[in-house]
Amino acid sequence: MKLKKAWLTAMAVATVWGAAGSAAQAAEQYIGLPSYRVGSYAAGGTGVFGGWIDYMKLINERDGGVNGVKLVWQECETEYNNARGVECYERLKQHGEQQNVLFAPVSTGITFAVFERVAQDKIPLLSIGIGRSDTADGRVFPWVFPMIATYWSQASAIVGYLGQREGGMDKLKGKKIAVLYLDFAPGKEPFPVLDRLAQKWGFTTEKIAVAMPGNEQQAQWLQIRQMRPDYVILLTYGVSNPTALKTAARTGFPADRIVGWWWAGAEEDVVPAGEAAKGFVAGAFDPAGTDFPVIQDIQKYVYAKGQGDMQDPKRVGSVYYNRGVGHGIIYVEALRLAQEKFGKGKPVTGEQMRWALENLKLDEKRLEAIGAKGLMPTLALSCADHEGSGRVRFQQWDGEKWVPVSDWIEPDRELVRSLVEESAAAYAKEKGITPRDCSKEQ
Amino acid sequence: MIYREAGQFKASYEEDQQIFPIKQDRIVMAALVVAAFFVAPFVASEYWLQAVLTPVLVFALAALGLNILTGYAGQLSLGTGAFMAVGAYATYNFLLRLDGLPFLAGLVLGGLSAAAVGVVFGLPSLRIKGFYLAMATLAAQFFIVWALTKFPWFSNYSSSGIISAQRIEILGFAFDTPARKYLLTLAIVSLLALAAKNLARTNTGRSWMAVRDMDVAAEVIGIPLMKTKLLAFAVSSFYCGIAGGLYAYTYLGTVEPDGFGLDLSFKILFMIIIGGMGSVLGAFLGAAFILLLPVGLNVLMHTSVGVLVPATLASNLELIVFGVLIVFFLIVEPHGLTRLWQIGKEKLRLWPFPH
Repeated sequence: MKLKKAWLTAMAVATVWGAAGSAAQAAEQYIGLPSYRVGSYAAGGTGVFGGWIDYMKLINERDGGVNGVKLVWQECETEYNNARGVECYERLKQHGEQQNVLFAPVSTGITFAVFERVAQDKIPLLSIGIGRSDTADGRVFPWVFPMIATYWSQASAIVGYLGQREGGMDKLKGKKIAVLYLDFAPGKEPFPVLDRLAQKWGFTTEKIAVAMPGNEQQAQWLQIRQMRPDYVILLTYGVSNPTALKTAARTGFPADRIVGWWWAGAEEDVVPAGEAAKGFVAGAFDPAGTDFPVIQDIQKYVYAKGQGDMQDPKRVGSVYYNRGVGHGIIYVEALRLAQEKFGKGKPVTGEQMRWALENLKLDEKRLEAIGAKGLMPTLALSCADHEGSGRVRFQQWDGEKWVPVSDWIEPDRELVRSLVEESAAAYAKEKGITPRDCSKEQ
Repeated sequence: MIYREAGQFKASYEEDQQIFPIKQDRIVMAALVVAAFFVAPFVASEYWLQAVLTPVLVFALAALGLNILTGYAGQLSLGTGAFMAVGAYATYNFLLRLDGLPFLAGLVLGGLSAAAVGVVFGLPSLRIKGFYLAMATLAAQFFIVWALTKFPWFSNYSSSGIISAQRIEILGFAFDTPARKYLLTLAIVSLLALAAKNLARTNTGRSWMAVRDMDVAAEVIGIPLMKTKLLAFAVSSFYCGIAGGLYAYTYLGTVEPDGFGLDLSFKILFMIIIGGMGSVLGAFLGAAFILLLPVGLNVLMHTSVGVLVPATLASNLELIVFGVLIVFFLIVEPHGLTRLWQIGKEKLRLWPFPH
């Protein structure tokens, strides 16, 4: 073991020495970003991580960091591939003397692949809008934060939105809803919630699978035409989104009766479908737009100086980009909170970060102060609830841009939460985990 | 000078038939094994153990499995990922459903399940060959991944088909740190590599090669085609199944069916093409090349060039350089890295007086 220690010290000395050249001696806060900028999902990866990096640049440029602590980061290319993601996780873990404080792969697969490692390494795992829904139970999964909304909350919010459109949840009785889903892991994640809600409100669902990658859907839409459903819920991703909309138009199904989840609701999903996408409604926890003051500030402080991360500055304010800014806001706000508790002006550790995430509260006032009112829902996390909101907003594509058509819609909390607890308890039992007692947490 | 075999006489059949007939080879190999077992776990950092050495070993084992089928027996397969999936999911289910089953037994049962599935999908090989067989194994690839997502029983009713590996414990000793997991992987992989090397030198291995070179001729000299081909499928799938189990248990910890997609099968096929068909060493060299080169390039791009160019361009450059290097190696030596190594050895033997 002595040898190992000597080796580690040597490595540490070497890396510190290497980093010393580029980094000043001022306090710095490191985070590792497992981005993906190539491959089939590059549109999502460049948008989200671009927005996140731009927000950190804004904080450095405008405020001089968080309480004087400069934000620094290191990227690692995952290619949206699980094995590469694990390698990145390990590589980003240590940077000089600092440990990574937050790992957010923005990929359901990588989230699954590392979600047991994070507890050992004491690095919080952030999975906004992706990942396992039952990780919202913070008693069983203290290190995982499926923030803002899980797939289950989203499914419930979609049904809630349909109820609103019909003029009341009880009007859903007897309605026929087709669920067109891409046959991959997240595509089926919403089913338990949809099934229970169908029972509760008396509508019927018909689930129709599309094989990956979903660029041929003629048969499925013919089936839908025969069924004559009142609505179609679209759970597809990537290339299958424009295909669905185009095929729907060809078979004569009106686009405004199709409601997509948030992975169908970016500009990249509808623009290729052209006219066929007009009127399509999709969920969002991060509406598009450049009118938010925080986006304006990014334009002013980052892009005006030519330091923006997006190669195409027109994408600033797009859905994926704003999602990235949302990630950045959560990260920076958690840092602020952790510094307030554990020492202002000092970098924080993964454990302190976890505490801050768990106690994070972003109300309307705070969001307005950041300049992100309406960019994301208000958040209030707790030891037991690692989701914090669950609210989803719906927006409609008018042929040129996304227009909000609903306010933030609450999911059926009682139902979703009972499912989360049930599933988390089953996991705890399988793994022999004793859930934390939240009354003892401070 | 150093690499001279003059004076090494072989006085018995055993000496003549050993795996490494040259003394220097034996010394180097022994040193390598000692280093891998006794030095690496102590000096390598966690990153190296978890993210570099363990995956290289796991993928080398999978490549070895494919090499038995494609390199030795000449049956082209695109179902490697699926056979790994069978291994991983079968191991998980055996350990989950049979209380008190030892880990190694579960792993072997997982491998055997993969072997059984491999034999079933190997049946078409009796009638079809070459690219057409590749299509048949492609069916295995899609069918198995589909079945694992379709039937929730396989993943113990997890809503997305994800399984997370149970703790590994052998005779009360927990393999829970990166170093221990690495050692376990290394032990299993070296054992199976040794077995593969020896298998290739027996009657079985020779009949595989005969079938590969010309199956009609092989049949004429009395090699039963059905038995030989199916045995190749079984052994190969067994290796892939064990690799899949290790992939889930000692490397990733949590796996989903989509992770065992066609991409993975192609990756392993590239490993044996780059490493060298029909060679055990090739599997290791190919796995290291295909896995580590992109990582190395990524580190390089984000530290040196990446500072100068935008991150998106750096990430794309990586892929371009990776592709160019593969083409370069295939042009320089179409028979893979193993052949390069052999040429190097030939030269070394004559050095410094080549004439």
